[in-house]
Amino acid sequence: MSTLKTLNGNQTIAEAVRQVDPDVMAAYPITPSTAIVETIAKFKADGLISGEFVCPESEHSAMSVCIGAASAGGRVMTATASQGLALMWEMLFIAAGLRLPIVAGIANRALSAPINIHGDHSDTMGARDSGWIQIYSENCQEAYDNFIQAFRIAEHLDVRTPVLVGLDGFIISHSMEVIQVEEDEKIKEFVGEYQPVYPLLDTSRKITVGPLDFTDYYFEHKRSQMEGIENAPGVIQQVGKEYGEKFGRPYGFFEEYRMEDAETCIVVMSSAAGTCKDAIDELRNEGKKIGLLKPRIFRPFPDKEIAEALKGLKAVAVLDRSTCPGAFGAPLFTEVRNALYDYDPRPKVVNYVYGLGGRDIMVEHFKEVAEKLDKIAETGKVEEMYGYLNLRE
Amino acid sequence: MKKETWKELTIGTINLEAGNSVQNLTGTWRSGHKPEFIEEHCIQCFFCWLYCPHFAILVEGDEVKGIDYDYCTGCGMCAEECPSKEKSIVMVKEEVKLAEGGTE
Repeated sequence: MSTLKTLNGNQTIAEAVRQVDPDVMAAYPITPSTAIVETIAKFKADGLISGEFVCPESEHSAMSVCIGAASAGGRVMTATASQGLALMWEMLFIAAGLRLPIVAGIANRALSAPINIHGDHSDTMGARDSGWIQIYSENCQEAYDNFIQAFRIAEHLDVRTPVLVGLDGFIISHSMEVIQVEEDEKIKEFVGEYQPVYPLLDTSRKITVGPLDFTDYYFEHKRSQMEGIENAPGVIQQVGKEYGEKFGRPYGFFEEYRMEDAETCIVVMSSAAGTCKDAIDELRNEGKKIGLLKPRIFRPFPDKEIAEALKGLKAVAVLDRSTCPGAFGAPLFTEVRNALYDYDPRPKVVNYVYGLGGRDIMVEHFKEVAEKLDKIAETGKVEEMYGYLNLRE
Repeated sequence: MKKETWKELTIGTINLEAGNSVQNLTGTWRSGHKPEFIEEHCIQCFFCWLYCPHFAILVEGDEVKGIDYDYCTGCGMCAEECPSKEKSIVMVKEEVKLAEGGTE
């Protein structure tokens, strides 16, 4: 039997960590993810977890500890946000290159400058080419469920790739929610015993981890690394399905909300998708044929599946909680629009940036988008490819 | 040395053959100069052996006997450090041979 607990997003991650009980947890506190680390420290002090809890002097060192511990053969996790993830940057690529199944909880927060502690996706979007699998959560329940599944995905022998789970800073990390927490034993059974591959602590086999590659091997090793994340989609689906069978909450690449017979669609990730659902309900009541597609997996990007879901529509608005200065639109937009390129007919796709630095996005803003989509669907013309929501113009 | 394809490589850049750097003949890095050992000048101080960054000084029993050209990169440190009155290691010109199988 699962129990209902009132927890905020950070506490749900810590609760999942307590249940999984990894061998090593190494993290440096940073708002808004601090409470993850604090709660784990408390669990450790209270004797509720058996793994090693390491407090290094920076996030760069925290990820370095994770890499060392994972190479040694341990199940490893960390948590951070914003500047902390940015400081981990070079180590993120090393963790992925060494194919270490580290799991990280990221309370998504804006990047400086200007300094800001509130929620947006600039941090993880900045790490989108680091080779990590990226999963985004709409609410505390999803953050809990995603974090548990992350261990299974990362550690699958065909994947062996680090996974980060995003939960919007403050909006999710600090909001209390009643969530279903599964039994400790059932979670332990679901994640299973960790099987390290070539652990350094196995002294019967002498190996080298992270050797120097010159022009003769680097390219082959990078191609070999791609295999892990390319194998991830099947595993993500299998794990999401199994989780559903066991705990009643199945997961896939994305969630479709009222998409049957829809002519237009809003694509938005994380907490804003919850508000968007309310907007969609109101718009549906007004007779508008609009739906929501909420991507859960951003890396590897489920391009074919998303394109199949959107190809028959007239107009699609992709909402991004980060910018990509100088690029052809923000990160989620470029992925979605690119995925649709080979389809004919295909919908018109526009991009709206919202919520930078924790700026609110309300039902009225989604309605504003829906109105623009209606106009595009009606005329077949896009007047403005990019826009901003709830910004003082 | 046959190079593996990407499919043949071990996961995560792991090298299962510890100590296989002996297969890398760093002697192929020499670019025009090599040290020459002049045994009759040698005072057996072992400075060359101590300073050589590639362990390329050949020792037999208690005596320095020459240079291992398979690994000597021609850096010249041994010749520089050699303290004997008349140098027992001098750098001489050699014909450059291209390294085997560098870029493909």
